[in-house]
Amino acid sequence: MAVNPFQHADSASRVSGPPSGGDYLADSIFRIIALSCAALIVVLILYILWEIGGLALPAMAQHGLSFVSGTTWNVGTQEFGVLPEIWGTLYSSFLALILGGTFGVGIAIFLTQDFIHARLAAVFRTIVELLAAIPSVVYGLWGIYVVIPMLRPVADWLHSELGFIPIFGTELSGPGMAPAALVLAIMILPTVAAITVDAFRRIPYKVKEAAYGMGTTRWEAILKVMLPTASSGILAALVLGFGRALGETMALAMLIGNSNQINLSLFAPANTLASLLASSFPEAGQIEVQALMYAAVVLLLITLIVNIVGLGIQQYTVRKFEGKA
Amino acid sequence: MTRFLGVTRAVSALFVSVLLAACGPDSTETTTDSPTGLQITGAGATFPEPLYREWIGRYNAEQSDARFSYEGVGSGEGVKRFVAETVDFGASDSAMTDEQIAQVARGATLIPVTAGMVVLAYNLPGIDGELRLPRDVYVDIFKGKIWKWDDPRIVAANPDLDLPSKLIQTVVRRDSSGTTFVFTNHLGTIKPAWRNEGPGVGTLLDWPGGAMTGTGNEGVAHKIKISHGSIGYVEYFFAKRLGLPMATLQNQAGNFVQPDAASGRRTLEAAAAARLPEDLRLFVPDPEAPDAYPIVSLSWLLLYGQYAESEKASALKAAVTWALNDGQPIAEALGYIPLPANIVSAATRALDTIR
Repeated sequence: MAVNPFQHADSASRVSGPPSGGDYLADSIFRIIALSCAALIVVLILYILWEIGGLALPAMAQHGLSFVSGTTWNVGTQEFGVLPEIWGTLYSSFLALILGGTFGVGIAIFLTQDFIHARLAAVFRTIVELLAAIPSVVYGLWGIYVVIPMLRPVADWLHSELGFIPIFGTELSGPGMAPAALVLAIMILPTVAAITVDAFRRIPYKVKEAAYGMGTTRWEAILKVMLPTASSGILAALVLGFGRALGETMALAMLIGNSNQINLSLFAPANTLASLLASSFPEAGQIEVQALMYAAVVLLLITLIVNIVGLGIQQYTVRKFEGKA
Repeated sequence: MTRFLGVTRAVSALFVSVLLAACGPDSTETTTDSPTGLQITGAGATFPEPLYREWIGRYNAEQSDARFSYEGVGSGEGVKRFVAETVDFGASDSAMTDEQIAQVARGATLIPVTAGMVVLAYNLPGIDGELRLPRDVYVDIFKGKIWKWDDPRIVAANPDLDLPSKLIQTVVRRDSSGTTFVFTNHLGTIKPAWRNEGPGVGTLLDWPGGAMTGTGNEGVAHKIKISHGSIGYVEYFFAKRLGLPMATLQNQAGNFVQPDAASGRRTLEAAAAARLPEDLRLFVPDPEAPDAYPIVSLSWLLLYGQYAESEKASALKAAVTWALNDGQPIAEALGYIPLPANIVSAATRALDTIR
């Protein structure tokens, strides 16, 4: 007598039964919701691009590439050039990335590589992530009233002792590149740290065990095994941090000094695209609005290029260090 | 699928419009709700904005015929909105040019209601004494030719001060501004090369050197406040409010005059007595009086020659008359220069022509 031992379970549980009509319906409803959410994002981005591009078109036709290479912004004579702002945007973001990236990765190593107890690490991590919750304008005020006065004696000393080096070539009077980059670095720190922590957590524990098994010291394990293995995640963190730095507006508008010049000095005032947009929009006439929209398109393009390049490097490291195709 | 796309399009349009609305200019109007009464709106110069708000607050409390509101958007934008007829009155520190007046079909009447002076506020820690700046020196500072505080020409004028070897960081206006016009008009008058060869005279210009920019008088004053070694031009009221030291400037007669309410009033009185044009566009780019402060300016209300509703015209006339008389002591208390009597009577006559 052939008894099917699964007969009972099969009939009792819906899990093992064939999907019902309701299941199919729920499935397709969920699919539509997911699809529409995804589509909405794409449509929204395309719509914003279309709107901004449409408004910028007259300025694009009129100024062409001289807009990107020009250095004056004069509404009176209708000369518009954003080279100083492009320079300021890239320079400040790059400085912030060096500072914020180093600290962010350092914090991630500290929190994940058994330097402190896991519970304490969770507390630290929460504190770092809290930095992301501070509003931009508060960072700006903090920069004005705390960072600038703190930085001033350091900058004065650097300028008087090492003034022959171009990056210390001017004095810091107040707002300038250095305080802006410093605050920016702190602003991107939580992004970089949180994603890097996740990248380290994703590494299977046996990788570390294997490294120790091979006789590595703790630092050899971290630098030669853990870091390369997590490299694609770290790069993703850096790209995201850089993107955030490029678009940061309020704190920079308050701290960078809004000066239309290209200066290698860390202590000279400068300007960024986002703060140009923020400070000029409320008053801009129609012609200037078109030029500002063009500047917005330039900013979007820079962000896009940075993301694409970042993605390329990331895929390269995945292939090289993580052995995945 | 097409219906679904239509929905997403509508939703995204809504989303974007909400975003745009959220990013719009700050609405800082002082409007008091009065569903039945007359609403009278104005926009323009930021320099008299604190005064106009004070006036509007007091005047709205005194009468109930009309509700006034004012938005400080800068003189350039104020004239633009006045020409476009999107406001009931405008305000400007640089009056209006003949071409701008010609664009207003309803006619434009300019009424000076208050006055101010442009001061050179600076931030030099450790320097307490009075900083004297001769005429050619402050022109060259803003031209970028003098860029160190211990430049021999500044030291020569201030032998008592121990000036540091610090960079002079100039601070200028980022937005189109009547204050910029008044200041550059003065610089262009005392040194014609400034006007002819650049940087020029106007409400907005491309400043030489690495000048920092600030939005509005308060923006410039704030940047000076937080930057050591900085100097910038702001209206007296704003420098006084932040407690910034102000440079003593040399006038046409060669005397050094400190900016304060008394010197400003003296200067305007003498200038108006000497020549007050019929259209009240009195510019004093370089006053001659021996005790005059060199950079003073009137601030005008821009009114239309004719209003479609006669109630609006009479409400405006009553309010401006109030400002010209009862409003002047309030102006003085706030740090503006009260108008001399000869300008008030001329302004009252001009007000009568509005219909």
